Amino acid sequence: MATKYLHIPRLRRIYVWELPVRLYHWLNVLAIIVLVATGFYIANPLALMSQKEAANAFTMGWVRFLHFTAAYIFFFNFLFRIYWGFVGNKYANWKQFIPTSKRFFKEIWSVIRMDILFQKNRPGQREHLSIGHNALAGLTYFFVFLLFLVQCLTGFGLYAAMSDWWLPQLFAWVPAFFGGDIVMRQVHHWAMWLFILFTVIHVYLVFYHDYVEGRGEISSMGGGWKFIEEEFFEKEKPHTPNPHKP
Amino acid sequence: MNSEASKKQPTYYEEIRLKGYSRRDFMKFASMMAAFMGLESSAIGQVVKALETNSRVPVIWMHFQECTCCSESFIRSSHPIVADILLDMISLDYSETLMAASGVQAEAALKNTLEKYKGKYILCVEGSVPVAADGVYCMIGGKTSLQVLHEVAEGAAAVIAWGSCASNGCVQSAKPNPTSATPIHKLLKGIPVIKVPGCPPIGEVMAGVIVHYLTFGKIPELDRIGRPKAFYSKRVHDSCYRRPFYDAGLFVETFDDENAKKGYCLYKVGCKGPSTYNACGVMRWNEGTSFPIQSGHPCIGCSEENFWDNGRMYERASAFSGFGIEADADKWGKVALGVTAAAVAGHAIATNITKYKKIHELEAEGKEGEKDVIS
Repeated sequence: MATKYLHIPRLRRIYVWELPVRLYHWLNVLAIIVLVATGFYIANPLALMSQKEAANAFTMGWVRFLHFTAAYIFFFNFLFRIYWGFVGNKYANWKQFIPTSKRFFKEIWSVIRMDILFQKNRPGQREHLSIGHNALAGLTYFFVFLLFLVQCLTGFGLYAAMSDWWLPQLFAWVPAFFGGDIVMRQVHHWAMWLFILFTVIHVYLVFYHDYVEGRGEISSMGGGWKFIEEEFFEKEKPHTPNPHKP
Repeated sequence: MNSEASKKQPTYYEEIRLKGYSRRDFMKFASMMAAFMGLESSAIGQVVKALETNSRVPVIWMHFQECTCCSESFIRSSHPIVADILLDMISLDYSETLMAASGVQAEAALKNTLEKYKGKYILCVEGSVPVAADGVYCMIGGKTSLQVLHEVAEGAAAVIAWGSCASNGCVQSAKPNPTSATPIHKLLKGIPVIKVPGCPPIGEVMAGVIVHYLTFGKIPELDRIGRPKAFYSKRVHDSCYRRPFYDAGLFVETFDDENAKKGYCLYKVGCKGPSTYNACGVMRWNEGTSFPIQSGHPCIGCSEENFWDNGRMYERASAFSGFGIEADADKWGKVALGVTAAAVAGHAIATNITKYKKIHELEAEGKEGEKDVIS
């Protein structure tokens, strides 16, 4: 029986993901699903067999409309998340994503050792378990934010030619930077694949952490809570970089 | 342009009348040019006045690595005055293809123009300049084209890069570019270059650029990569008469299908119209007769940078250069997705093996808790 090493910890409920962060997350999910689906259609539309006159159909038009609408939502949502990185709680803070301390890199190594190389803990060595993002996830999200940026630049760069509004016109310099619309839309298309790959790994890892840590990782993006062992607080301070303390 | 020159030289208007055109023909020409340049009707007067008062601006037209399709396009622009006056007059000074002189006389004419009109002449360059092997791949009169270019550009009032060769290198600069064919704006520092790309550019656009310079005495407003905004600010897609089929989602699947007969959109057979900035859909070629899409052929994006290296011409799919000719983004994406899925599955298995104890503990802990619940 397992009882010989069974130890039942008391769990403390921690409010990790604030409501704006959760809203950002799910709005982002929705926008990305719409953008990827419509993006695939725009890149290679289905062979429609229609008896309608072209004047009475607007299939491609509607798909593009959805793509552009979702793009605006994605863009402003992204801007909001950057803002929240300065005003949100410590788990949403920008320091979670950009390494500013030695401890950040130490934790990255610790995550790699534990979760990727599957090394066993040496006696007395603590696990990397963090409360919010672990350091490796944080750094990954930083690169994902850069990917968001590339996608916004190339996307609105392509869109600038179709709009007179000043906002897309801010991106009118991008095509010249990439060497023309043709190359830019290829970059836009390749970058989309990185979103898909990220999603696969991200969803898997959420299940993984829930499974091996038992802290309610999956549901945390619903209610905002994670359940952290009481002794975690007793032994040492959380390993999450705390921007509010020097 | 100046009084001394105008005494010696007849004005454009006088030249036109001498060629046998009526005042009416001249006015039609001026109106047409103003319209092509995208000017309002009040500007017609300005065009007329400029052509009436200015004596001809000397033009030197150099040919380097090119096929002369730009010249061909120019002499086929829709109004005969373009060919008769603009080209005839301007090219007399020096144009390898069209000048009457040859050999020593031609070189003398060039030298004469360079000295006499220093700082006043327009330099038109057709073709790219090879810089590999000290430029031996294109030599004229014993000089490399790079030497010739620097010589003639020095005293030019404006430089016009005719066509894709001069603007972006075109086919001879496609990978691996054995002669290091270089567009001229990369070789001329400190001189503004008007790029008029296209393979060839539209005759009316070429005429429009020159008439703009004659009328206003300065180069037209350029876009971010140096093309005149009047002709290159809209995508071919935006003025395409097949655009309604695009919006409706009706596409040609193959060149011989029913949809092709119906004239559906050529997007799926590789049309680059949505990413190409040019005036083809509005001006068309050969006196406004047609343009590629009207003839059932997708736009190949010839007025865009490096258009020969921008992926395949008959597919939307983006080519991954250097990753095999048949590979495109979606194929690599699917491979990457498969690898990721396999890695995730492998990780899940490894987790269950190596973290067995931990997972088992959590499970046991949960079961223990469950026991305390009174049902």
